[in-house]
Amino acid sequence: MQLFSCLSAIPVRSSRLPLLSDAMPAPTHLFPLIRNCEISRICSTMCYCHHKHLCCLSSHFAHGHFRYAPQKKFAALYRPKENFYQFIHARDYASTPQRFYLTPPQVNSILKANEYSFKVPEFDGKNVSSVLGFDSNQLPANAPIEDRRSAATCLQTRGMLLGVFDGHAGCACAQAVSERLFYYIAVSLLPHETLLEIENAVESGRALLPILQWHKHPNDYFSKEASKLYFNSLRTYWQELIDLNSGETTDVKEALINAFKRLDNDISLEAQVGDPNSFLNYLVLRVAFSGATACVAHVDGVDLHVANTGDSRAMLGVQEEDGSWSAVNLSYDHNAQNEREVERVKAEHPKSEEKSLVKQDRLLGLLMPFRAFGDVKFKWSIELQKRVVESGPDQLNDNEYTKFIPPNYHTPPYLTAEPEVIHHKLRPQDKFLVLATDGLWETMHRQDVARIVGEYLTGVHHQQPIAVGGYKVTLGQMHGLLTERRAKISSVFEDQNAATHLIRHAVGNNEFGAVDHERLSKMLSLPEELARMYRDDITIIVVQFNSHVIGAYQNGEL
Amino acid sequence: MFLRLLADVRWRGADPKWRSVACCRGASGTAESQPVPLPAQARVVICGGGITGTSVAYHLAKLGWKDVVLLEQGRLSAGTTRFCAGIVSTARPVSIELKMADYSNKLYQQLEQETGVQTGYVKTGSVSLAQTQDRLISLKRIASSLNVSGIPCEIISPKQVAQLHPLINIHDLVGAMYVPEDALVLSANVSLALATAASRNGVQIHERTSVSHVSVQKGRVTGVETDRGHIKCQYFVNCAGQWAYELGHSGEEPVNIPLHACEHFYLLTHPLKEPLASNVPTVVDPDGRIYIRNWQGGILSGGFEKNPKPLFTEGRNQLEIHNLQEDWDHFEPLLSSLLRRMPNLEALQIMQLVNCPESFTPDMRCIMGESPTVRGYFVLAGMNSAGISYGGGAGKYLAEWMVNGYPSENVWPLDLKRFGTLQSSRTFLRHRVMEVMPLMCDLKVPRWDFQTGRQLRTSPLYDRLDAQGARWMEKHGFERVKYFVPPGKDLLDLDQSKTFYKPDWFDIVGSEVKCCKEAVCVIDMSSFTKFEISSTGDQALQSLQYLFSNDLDVPVGHVVHTGMLNENGGYENDCSIARLSKRSFFMISPTDQQVHCWAWLKNHLPEDSNLTIEDVTWKYTALNLIGPRAVDVLSELSYAPMTPEHFPSFFCKEMSVGYANGIRVMSITHTGEPGFMLYIPIEYALHVYNEVMNMGQKYGIRNAGYYALRSLRIEKFFAFWGQDLDAFTTPMECGREFQVKLEKGMEFIGQEALLEQKQNGVYKRFTMFILEDHDTDMDLWPWWGEPIFRNGRYVGKTTSSAYSYTLERHVCLGFVQHFDEKTGEELVVTTDFINQGEYEIDIAGQRFQAKAKLYPFSSLFAQRRRKDEVELSGYQRE
Repeated sequence: MQLFSCLSAIPVRSSRLPLLSDAMPAPTHLFPLIRNCEISRICSTMCYCHHKHLCCLSSHFAHGHFRYAPQKKFAALYRPKENFYQFIHARDYASTPQRFYLTPPQVNSILKANEYSFKVPEFDGKNVSSVLGFDSNQLPANAPIEDRRSAATCLQTRGMLLGVFDGHAGCACAQAVSERLFYYIAVSLLPHETLLEIENAVESGRALLPILQWHKHPNDYFSKEASKLYFNSLRTYWQELIDLNSGETTDVKEALINAFKRLDNDISLEAQVGDPNSFLNYLVLRVAFSGATACVAHVDGVDLHVANTGDSRAMLGVQEEDGSWSAVNLSYDHNAQNEREVERVKAEHPKSEEKSLVKQDRLLGLLMPFRAFGDVKFKWSIELQKRVVESGPDQLNDNEYTKFIPPNYHTPPYLTAEPEVIHHKLRPQDKFLVLATDGLWETMHRQDVARIVGEYLTGVHHQQPIAVGGYKVTLGQMHGLLTERRAKISSVFEDQNAATHLIRHAVGNNEFGAVDHERLSKMLSLPEELARMYRDDITIIVVQFNSHVIGAYQNGEL
Repeated sequence: MFLRLLADVRWRGADPKWRSVACCRGASGTAESQPVPLPAQARVVICGGGITGTSVAYHLAKLGWKDVVLLEQGRLSAGTTRFCAGIVSTARPVSIELKMADYSNKLYQQLEQETGVQTGYVKTGSVSLAQTQDRLISLKRIASSLNVSGIPCEIISPKQVAQLHPLINIHDLVGAMYVPEDALVLSANVSLALATAASRNGVQIHERTSVSHVSVQKGRVTGVETDRGHIKCQYFVNCAGQWAYELGHSGEEPVNIPLHACEHFYLLTHPLKEPLASNVPTVVDPDGRIYIRNWQGGILSGGFEKNPKPLFTEGRNQLEIHNLQEDWDHFEPLLSSLLRRMPNLEALQIMQLVNCPESFTPDMRCIMGESPTVRGYFVLAGMNSAGISYGGGAGKYLAEWMVNGYPSENVWPLDLKRFGTLQSSRTFLRHRVMEVMPLMCDLKVPRWDFQTGRQLRTSPLYDRLDAQGARWMEKHGFERVKYFVPPGKDLLDLDQSKTFYKPDWFDIVGSEVKCCKEAVCVIDMSSFTKFEISSTGDQALQSLQYLFSNDLDVPVGHVVHTGMLNENGGYENDCSIARLSKRSFFMISPTDQQVHCWAWLKNHLPEDSNLTIEDVTWKYTALNLIGPRAVDVLSELSYAPMTPEHFPSFFCKEMSVGYANGIRVMSITHTGEPGFMLYIPIEYALHVYNEVMNMGQKYGIRNAGYYALRSLRIEKFFAFWGQDLDAFTTPMECGREFQVKLEKGMEFIGQEALLEQKQNGVYKRFTMFILEDHDTDMDLWPWWGEPIFRNGRYVGKTTSSAYSYTLERHVCLGFVQHFDEKTGEELVVTTDFINQGEYEIDIAGQRFQAKAKLYPFSSLFAQRRRKDEVELSGYQRE
């Protein structure tokens, strides 16, 4: 939804905006959002829409663009003229008659570049896990992509962790969270003895018990430079857990909440303390000043916990008895559309701030998600921010964004990383779980997501081969039957990955809900600087459950 | 299931006679439960009781080799042979395949009479349909070829098609080819009949015996290990069909047999209400990818889909065998195609969809011959779904090969030695057969290339050349440049550039040729096979003198062009040999000779530790500098005089080029144009190339490809081994007497045969034809295999052709024979016979006048050569 919230003011049919109609001769009803908006906010167009979460003051802070971009962008906010110039520029680009279509293989290679599948290995020809496996994929709109994903199996406890992370104001925070959060969760879940064992091993320099087995796509990287720093913070955490030894068995919900909060706390602390290594020092600051939402699922047998911070979403795909598909939300969005969230925020601050807390559906008029990791601009006191920025490296000091203090900033913190955790007991009819960043949900309704994934998964696995056997079948009848079957599977046929299939639909669906190659081709061939106007980064994980095992759990067989 | 039952019934029908033979043969033969013990030794052991194995056994016995044992792991003809569609079709584009199919057809026809086993042979004829003009052209080409081979065949109109077959929808047809003598057989029974006949001739057949591996000692087959014991033998024949690859790899000394199985589906129906007549012709609809034959009043229809399902990639796999089920969804496109061709079949009831795996090879041709690494190890497999059509003929050729040392026809296109280890990767085979199987039905236009399994062997300059617009073709896994597309010029994409007419690269190659003639061009020719032969004493010279027909005892630094001949004087290889020193030689042969030539040398050179051969193909990058300005470029780069006075043609010298030292420079170009071949140690390749290109700039240098080379060499009448020359062509027959030194004072292989030819004359003569009334823009282009007519009578076929940009005419090369007008007997071909005739070349049924020449146009040679090489002019090899 956020995608066009700032762009929204553009009247599509206006002759001043050949951009949309040139680049996308698709019918305007593909962009209903655009139509519905007022004209008044037109001056805040371009740079807003580049960075949805953090209204306009943002993300060229991210490495790469850093050196030159911020000033220009920042200035643009106040000088609509320059903004308009930018706009014209973009228009020139798009209106050159570039009728270049991607071929289906090219489309596929773009869509499949980041796809990853994991099948839970079988032992003795049996898979006793409640998870069959998962498919994941990402489609960037930002360059570089600001979304991250993680998946890992806990080795010292049972269960599997999966998560999607949507970064804003750069990808540093999302990257750090994607690397670190699962360790915090895994440590939180560990029994006291295991923690002791691990601590002793570290103390005496012995080999450490492996905690997590990661399931990573080659593009999912870990930063080597910071690993020592991250490890030390993690170690401090488990040392405290050892000291605190409550003796109680670990509650998953509790563990998830603690892990989220602790990691966010560590991110904040690391930025305050700094690091003698200038690279690392800059890194921890970038992590803290950028932000990320997180939506993490922990599956152990029939126990499914979803911890969510921010506006990514988890959805359960349920197959009804009649074979149809329905969607069950397993997370609440933390944004202005969630009244409870608005109430919560308001309750945490004095009445005098009530009006300025949420403006234009954003926290302090700036931030879309109401909960997030990092984003110390919304958490630290003004004094702390100033101190850190001034003592920080020059790059930070020269940056307009970091110096900028949100308006009406009176009683920090305004933002928390504390997740809401939902527990769900898996049933045999629960076939899959979709974790996705808002890039998916703003283009597709969850009901459609449930149906498309459901049909994909069953189509792949349950279209029984036809056998003539002893029946009397004529060639004509068989031909009719086969033609029908082919029509059904043709759209599924191209993808071996449910997440890819979903992205194909999210990006390429036409008004009839069918994938339109021409549209898909256009959406994927948009130049970098335009892509972000039409879509957000999309990250999807589809976890497929093992109904047999879940059924067996239910019957007490396992 | 039904088919299996059916076949079982037939099996019993055939059984008594065969069993009785078995009884005579076996010691006890009373009960099946007590198998006849295996013999301790035999001359030949054949593994595989399908059509190929039984055919080899049959023909070996016919040729007098009766001490033969045939082993079958299951029951006779129970594999692919049992399930295949049983169509005998002679319409094959490759002439050796056509001959095999023709022989098979004649063999099967009389087999029932010979053996008493019912073979179900019915002469139905076949109709190949054309939905497009291009398809019709390709059918016409085949028809020309069939007609001159004595196989009746005609091109017919759609209306005539309707008269031949009552069910065909002819609305989308442009024509068809009718071959009235094609036939249907019961394939399993044909195989049984062959087994029966072989068995009567003394061949021992043992079922339910599987071969685990072949024992090899000192590079020779010594025996076969089976699950029922060991058999000592001298020869082993691998006829294991789709298991041939695995069997080849099972021994200590692996034998690479590059083939891979794919699932193949066909449909069987119940009989029609009005059952089809038993002699209704088989229909092949290549554009629809299907074939349709009569089957017990109903139809049998299968095809070659675009998306084949390869199987057994990881070897024999029980799971996959059991999963071989009907896959209707996979068959859907073929079913649609069938109903489009015969709409009236809609109401016909299905009996079964049969899944019958077939094995395919990397180049769509079957594999036969002796292993290059293990002597006595023969192979016949990879029939590309035409096992029945080829089985008879292929078995005959292989038997001849074993008994006589070589078959009675040139089978190089099918020789196992055309492949090396580089084609034996499972991944390569899997990918390649997925391309090959659909190709069975695809239109084969001149110069098509495989798209899979590419970029395996490349020159170090590959990326440089590719960036400059190179378009590539592949030979023996090596990427070679066809031509360079100039920047800014777009060619049609692959599909559209398929044509039988003037291709879209015509002008591009024209300008490359022009540059070769007027300035200088560089062609990367690194794919050539390169061997070094050296010895401590003069063993190298002695043995090479025996192997080669030309005199190699030349001064150091000379390059000699010579054939490597067999006993009959035929070319086993055609190469250039440089004498590097008194005791070492550098030998350059065609790319696809790498395995064959190596095996030949290994088999013919004496075992002497002082004599070494090394394959140095990979060590050198070869650049061909062609053109009048090559001299200038090279002398500027080396500060050495390169003019003919200092560096006469057919010289070889190691020198420095640019900074790089040790470059072997030879004054030959394989085109008859002036210039040099540079053999560059690979680490210097890029440096030398860059230097040459920089220095060459002022002389107008540019890159060129093999198409330009081909045009240059063909207009100068240079024969090319593998295309024009083969094991059945002698130097005398292609005007290369000067390369044979009968008086060199040493005996050499093939000498006697050549002496005889010299005295008695030759029976075919390599001739060059210039097409006279051929319009390059409008008419079909010649390719190869076009029949040649002299005074209206068929005298031979072309072997290669190219457009000569200098003569502005098409040039075809080919062999002319002289058949007696009455008896058809082959007569000596004299110069007068060639010169006193009116010639025509038949391109897809259309005849073009041609002028015959026995010598190239001297005007085409820019430079005079050393005296002894003037006439030698460039019978060099490309």
